[in-house]
Amino acid sequence: MRDNPAGSRATLAALPNFKQHANLVMGLIVTGIVFVVLVGNAVKDWRQFVAIMLTGFTLGAMYCLVALGYTLVYGIIELINFAHGDVFMWGSMFAFTIGISWFGLDGSQTGLVTAALVLVTMVAAMALCGTGNVIIERAVYKPLRSAPKLAPLITAIGMSFILQTLALWRYGPGERTADGVFPDSRLFTIGIYGYAWKNLIVVLITIPVLIGLVYLVRSTRQGKAMRAVAQDTDAARMMGINVNSTISFTFLLGGALAGAGGTLWVLWQTSTRYDLGFTLGLFAFTAAVLGGIGNLSGAALGAFIIGLLQAANDGLSWHVPGSSWTQSVVFAVLILILVFRPQGLLGEATADRA
Amino acid sequence: MTHRLSEAWYQLPWVVRRVVVPLAVLALFVFYPKYVAQLPVQWAPQMGVMVQMCVFAMMALGLNVVVGYAGLLDLGYVAFYAAGAYIAGLFATQQFANTTFQWKVHFLPVDVPQTLPGIHISVWLLLVIAAAFAALLGIAIGLPTLRLRGDYLAIVTLGFGEIIPQAVNNGDDVFGHNVTNGPNGLTPIDQIGFGTSIHNAVSILPANYHTEINYLDYYYWTGLALVLFTLFCCIRLRDSRLGRAWVAIREDEIAAAAMGVPLMRTKTWAYAIGAFFGGLAGCFYAVEKNSTFPGDFTLNISIFVLCMVILGGMGNVWGVMLGAVVLTYLNYQGLAAVGRELNINISLYSYGIFGGIIVLMMLLRPEGLIPSRRRRVEFRAAAEGVDVGYAVAEHE
Repeated sequence: MRDNPAGSRATLAALPNFKQHANLVMGLIVTGIVFVVLVGNAVKDWRQFVAIMLTGFTLGAMYCLVALGYTLVYGIIELINFAHGDVFMWGSMFAFTIGISWFGLDGSQTGLVTAALVLVTMVAAMALCGTGNVIIERAVYKPLRSAPKLAPLITAIGMSFILQTLALWRYGPGERTADGVFPDSRLFTIGIYGYAWKNLIVVLITIPVLIGLVYLVRSTRQGKAMRAVAQDTDAARMMGINVNSTISFTFLLGGALAGAGGTLWVLWQTSTRYDLGFTLGLFAFTAAVLGGIGNLSGAALGAFIIGLLQAANDGLSWHVPGSSWTQSVVFAVLILILVFRPQGLLGEATADRA
Repeated sequence: MTHRLSEAWYQLPWVVRRVVVPLAVLALFVFYPKYVAQLPVQWAPQMGVMVQMCVFAMMALGLNVVVGYAGLLDLGYVAFYAAGAYIAGLFATQQFANTTFQWKVHFLPVDVPQTLPGIHISVWLLLVIAAAFAALLGIAIGLPTLRLRGDYLAIVTLGFGEIIPQAVNNGDDVFGHNVTNGPNGLTPIDQIGFGTSIHNAVSILPANYHTEINYLDYYYWTGLALVLFTLFCCIRLRDSRLGRAWVAIREDEIAAAAMGVPLMRTKTWAYAIGAFFGGLAGCFYAVEKNSTFPGDFTLNISIFVLCMVILGGMGNVWGVMLGAVVLTYLNYQGLAAVGRELNINISLYSYGIFGGIIVLMMLLRPEGLIPSRRRRVEFRAAAEGVDVGYAVAEHE
């Protein structure tokens, strides 16, 4: 969207030229600074650098599960599902109740029993979150599908607060802590820095979930319907695709991913709280935007970048802002991306997206 | 039902609508401190809550310019509130007397000893400075982001709304200098008053609010005056050329641009003016509370104010004021009172209740309690799948 040319002719003449290069220059400057800081740290203490990056990879896997939920829903109905982070939080709460309270998982069981119970917990949390997400979609988003665009977004914000308050009411304001279910023992050590088994286990569980998702979207009839609706809702409807059930299925899928993420979070971090979903959800959303919202592989790429960035910011020691600035750093990435490359790293530029 | 009510309202003679009723309502508000003690009911809002209402009414009116008039969703409005509060905190305390700065500037403060170090500027002047600074901040945030589409803009403003309080929180160590005093906040802020010379000339104006027994009444009247100023500006702006440009952009950006409305400049003005009132409210709030802390400025405040605008009716100043009054009352007094009756701590869950209000309003009455007529037609037309511009033109 351009300004009215009658406004200021002088700036307009200079503007396109500046705009062409500004994106490139800003991108280079920001990437350059990040690169210098990372290399500086790597040179100063490469063992610390490697250890922290490996932890960041696990964090990235976590964000990946949540970011995919944002990107799936946005891709299909162009709604920023604000409540998604809180669905993730509820996933962690379900996992806490089922896995920790009912099954009594505390790391004392044998490996095989633990694996089986974790699997059952995770499937249950995925089912509950998926169903919950579909109920929310049917109850509050569906009636607003033809309303002005900001109405569903505002509704999603309200929904986010409702979900948080329900968790506050059910689980109380404090942290819910569990004993470490995944072994905390070291898989290997680099210098004084250890790499815990649990970091690897989280990544190992994430991978089959992601493969399952890719299979669903790429190779099944339902996945084909999703892609069709995302591309052109009206045309898809004319081809006989049930648009409503396809949208609900997308919410089911997003909710299930969030449930899986929540389960892994509570087992990995061993604690959860009613407001966990807010910040984490926004970080995951940033990841989805960074990769190019609506683009699945973009969301995964963005999630790993954000995970590594956060780990680097929180853990490294040489000229990094430190953990008291984490939110600012991540949101700065979000703002820079939206301002200078709104289509994201892997997204395609469309007139409407910008 | 409400539709018939508003019909009946417009049937009333001009004098009643425009003079008698407004003056009566204004008198009710102005003399509220005089009769609140005699009210027979316990749930009548206390003076402290009334002052809060003034603060939130200013903010809601300011956000209404951005969201209601121009249709730009701003989820980071708290940033401007924080900016205003910190202007008061920095330039009317002893903050700049610390080891790094050791400054001593006095400009017409009330009841500040000549020897007190730090910067002490008259709080009245600071209200203006804070509002102007917030407006500049609004322009600075708006210029790069306002070309984004609606929902992206919402997210970016939310990002700023999170970054600015965090920057203030970490501002006690800016390359080793303590600028904002970090999580410990800034306190005490200089007191507000008219000074002895004005007090001696006009005895009803107190020299210093805090030496009066009924100081909350004076804060309330000051706040009320600021709200009236805000209200006046909002109404005049709505009917101005700029206000019509905002509505045009809200309804159809492309059509507005084609008709010669400069998009960026018009949107930036909406942002700056909205921020102006946010800064004003923040400064007044900090002075009234005598302190400012980073923890006062969370996303919840942004959502709370947005909830007022939605509940009352986007774009309608009276609706927005009603929303501010109702929600502030609920948040600071009503819910706690209900909770005491039922013996549960409802205040803990207040934001869930506000979230519920947002969702229910959006589903059942998206135009708000007292809708602007134009907005109602827009929402109804959208729900029925009619062309919005055509429906609005038809209605008028």
